[in-house]
Amino acid sequence: MLDYRVGEPIADTKAPEGPIGERWSTRKFEAKLVNPSNRRKHKVIVVGTGLAGGSAGATLAEQGYHVIQFCFQDSPRRAHSVAAQGGINAAKNYRNDGDSVYRLFYDTVKGGDFRSRESNVHRLAEVSVQIIDQCVAQGVPFAREYGGLLDTRSFGGVQVQRTFYARGQTGQQLLIGAYQALERQIDEGNIELHTRTEMLDLIVIDGKARGIVARDLTTGKLTTYLADAVVLATGGYGNVFYLSTNAKGSNASAIWRAHKRGAYMANPCYTQIHPTCIPRSGDYQSKLTLMSESLRNDGRIWTPKREGDDRPANEIPEEERDYYLERQYPSFGNLVPRDIASRAAKTQCDIGKGVGPGGLGVYLDFADAIARMGQPAVEAKYGNLFDMYQRITAENPYKVPMRIYPAIHYTMGGLWVDYDLQTTIPGLFAIGEANFSDHGANRLGASALMQGLADGYFILPTTLNHYIASNKFPDVDAADPAVAEVETGVQERLEKLLSINGTRTADSFHRELGTLMWDYAGMSRNDGGLRKALDRIPELREEFWRSVKVPGTGFALNQQLEKANRVADFLEFGELLVLDALVREESAGGHFREEHQDSDGEAARDDENFAHVAAWEYCGPGENPVLHKEALEFDYVHLTQRSYA
Amino acid sequence: MKITVRVWRQPSPDEAGRMVDYPVDDVAEDMSFLEMLDVLNEQLILDDEDPISFDHDCREGICGSCGMVINGQAHGPVKTTVCQLHMREFRDGDTIEVEPWRAGPFKILKDLVVDRSSFDRIIQAGGYVSVNTGAAPDAASVSVPKADADLAFENATCISCGACVAACPNGAAMLFTSAKVTHLNLLPQGQPERENRVLRMVQAMDDEGFGGCTNVGQCTQVCPKGIPFDSIMNMNREYLRAVKSSRGNQG
Ligand SMILES: Cc1cc2nc3c(=O)[nH]c(=O)nc-3n(C[C@H](O)[C@H](O)[C@H](O)COP(=O)(O)OP(=O)(O)OC[C@H]3O[C@@H](n4cnc5c(N)ncnc54)[C@H](O)[C@@H]3O)c2cc1C
Ligand code: FES
Repeated sequence: MLDYRVGEPIADTKAPEGPIGERWSTRKFEAKLVNPSNRRKHKVIVVGTGLAGGSAGATLAEQGYHVIQFCFQDSPRRAHSVAAQGGINAAKNYRNDGDSVYRLFYDTVKGGDFRSRESNVHRLAEVSVQIIDQCVAQGVPFAREYGGLLDTRSFGGVQVQRTFYARGQTGQQLLIGAYQALERQIDEGNIELHTRTEMLDLIVIDGKARGIVARDLTTGKLTTYLADAVVLATGGYGNVFYLSTNAKGSNASAIWRAHKRGAYMANPCYTQIHPTCIPRSGDYQSKLTLMSESLRNDGRIWTPKREGDDRPANEIPEEERDYYLERQYPSFGNLVPRDIASRAAKTQCDIGKGVGPGGLGVYLDFADAIARMGQPAVEAKYGNLFDMYQRITAENPYKVPMRIYPAIHYTMGGLWVDYDLQTTIPGLFAIGEANFSDHGANRLGASALMQGLADGYFILPTTLNHYIASNKFPDVDAADPAVAEVETGVQERLEKLLSINGTRTADSFHRELGTLMWDYAGMSRNDGGLRKALDRIPELREEFWRSVKVPGTGFALNQQLEKANRVADFLEFGELLVLDALVREESAGGHFREEHQDSDGEAARDDENFAHVAAWEYCGPGENPVLHKEALEFDYVHLTQRSYA
Repeated sequence: MKITVRVWRQPSPDEAGRMVDYPVDDVAEDMSFLEMLDVLNEQLILDDEDPISFDHDCREGICGSCGMVINGQAHGPVKTTVCQLHMREFRDGDTIEVEPWRAGPFKILKDLVVDRSSFDRIIQAGGYVSVNTGAAPDAASVSVPKADADLAFENATCISCGACVAACPNGAAMLFTSAKVTHLNLLPQGQPERENRVLRMVQAMDDEGFGGCTNVGQCTQVCPKGIPFDSIMNMNREYLRAVKSSRGNQG
């Protein structure tokens, strides 16, 4: 079984001292600048075109850098960010409802269950305000009120209305804004964009990130791209669970390869489960669809009181229904935070009260809302979601209650970065969901879009300037043995995958890994289960390399090869996630250890021993990783136990 | 249920393609169309055959990656993206024909995968507002009448899937281009570049080899996002206006 040892502590040395509200200004002022006319001499690689990568690429190009950018989809506008529904937070306080930068900061630190850095979070809240300005100026069509001003709503258990939205497709609209800015820079010749091209490894020379090896997915050609800095904006790793709300192509390969080249991986066990997804309908299920959290504002969640009650919902009389959230959490009811709602649903199903196929679902019932508001009002509010539900399940949610079940949705962990968003490899930066920075152990709704755009539009362009200005970049020779070694490694791995010609598809391994991860490292975790997973994952990985079957060749479009390559990385990454979950013997946010709960079954943190970031160092194949702890200090928001009862 | 999928197989852009029949047993009604193809592909791989390539990512109808012509209709029998189409729309024993988008500017790369990069180049020609990061005024300083905001939004919902082109007998990209022109030209932020935008984007569309519009209207019929046909009329008006205006001519 994978073991570990504890190494030297790690610290973020980049955040300035001083009052929290002044730190970002100080950093900006102290950051060195690059003369505009010198910028075009510097090449910067940006991998990813989601909200983080798209906004970063466009901004760096506007500043004058020569940007080389990549995405694996056929267009940058298809990055997974496009799927975000609900909205984006910003401390604009347009409603005059008591919101402020400080309140957003406070809510985010608390919501993250005190496992994030105060300096980072405060900066995020500060920058949030500028994001909305930028997006509106680009023509992002946010929802507006009749007076023509921007509308906002409340989201995810906070008491102010700070969420800006564009109907149910905020992510798409924000992404199109960034995409258009990107396309404008391509037109101006400042960005060289490679679509359908996947980064397969990182080139590190003299300790600095200097390039990547990437594969053109249509021709199969491998090419080395060299630059002065590399930015990873490659998204989250939720698909290590196979079934998740992420897009099918979302993967951990870029961050995992960077990890194997020396970048520390932080808090991989912090994963977020979303309580309101459409349950799976069969073994062929390929992904899970999220139903917006806003549904919990008007829907009531229940299960039958009797175990195994298989009567249709409308034949179960009122007194035989258990509105379990309202019963257990009278003050928050159906609006308890995501992790609590998710675990409660699982508990109901575990004791045999689940509904629908396989008993893996609970009801989300709108009958009362329809009676109270009338069907047209419900339609106006949630019509598109109801239609989507009906299309997928063939059930009419106006007539019968929806069935929902939790699913993996977001990953708070990721590459360790300092205040400058730089990883432990100088010149390698990580932004957006790919880094671990701002959400601690749990992300608040509508805050991922905010973080991706904060990183890409405002933070990285400042800190990258500083890096470029403070370093020298001797030319890298394409024939450098360090470059050749990486190229050969990538080539050999692809050839190996193609040559095994075994008996199982890459998908079948992915599914098996996903089931393991979900069963033992999903919504709730315990020592025994995690150890079981740690025993089984290496066996599965070995089996994969012995018996995977990848058809075709490497010299053409080969979607199976792409998939197998990603699954191979998940089979390594998953093991580290489980180890991290085993080592973190406390419950915090999305990480729930059954051994660590209070008498009400709520997550119990252990601040004395675990108020730290777990940053993992890779030490070579078959070697145990080393754990570096970054202590977290809370000078502004006082450590308290969350309570929603 | 049991069905037969008759699907376009083309190994590469330069090789000839043809329709090939594959039986698929055990199709569940709740499967999405793409899940049915996944099941078929698993079977093909284990039988030592080349699995069918198709683009997809979000499988939620929002990224615009997926797209194929099913029984002669772009995205199939229901007005949604193919990833949101379910097998309950078909019957036991059906033979389902599946083809890639067909249009001159959409080169077939493999099987059902086509090259839609021409759409990105149309956007490069002016589908944006030129505002550098950091140069934006406070968001509340511009107010937009709700009706304009709503219509701009409706046009901004385009997912760039290409169904409109595939459905058009002329292979025109008018619905796609006009959605972006309408979205941005309606908003106050889009005004300074209003004339140039439409002139350049129409030029780019022509340069890519898309056909002209003859008011057939199939594009709107198949559009999974319901982009209105009126947007095309609007683009034509914007175009005329720009041609006449001095600002446009200087661009
Ligand atoms: C269904 C759903 C709804 C959501 N709703 C909300 C919401 O309402 N509000 C909110 O704040 N957040 C929401 N989130 C979370 C949020 O959408 C994501 O966290 C965020 O968009 C991630 O953005 P990103 O730029 O970091 O990565 P992504 O958007 O995932 O982009 C990753 C990019 O990297 C590229 N890439 C990856 N690997 C490689 C490689 N090896 N080589 C080349 N390119 C690569 C991809 O092509 C892509 O361009 C939602 C998430 C989901 C799944
Ligand atoms: S896969 Fe994204 S729209 Fe169909």
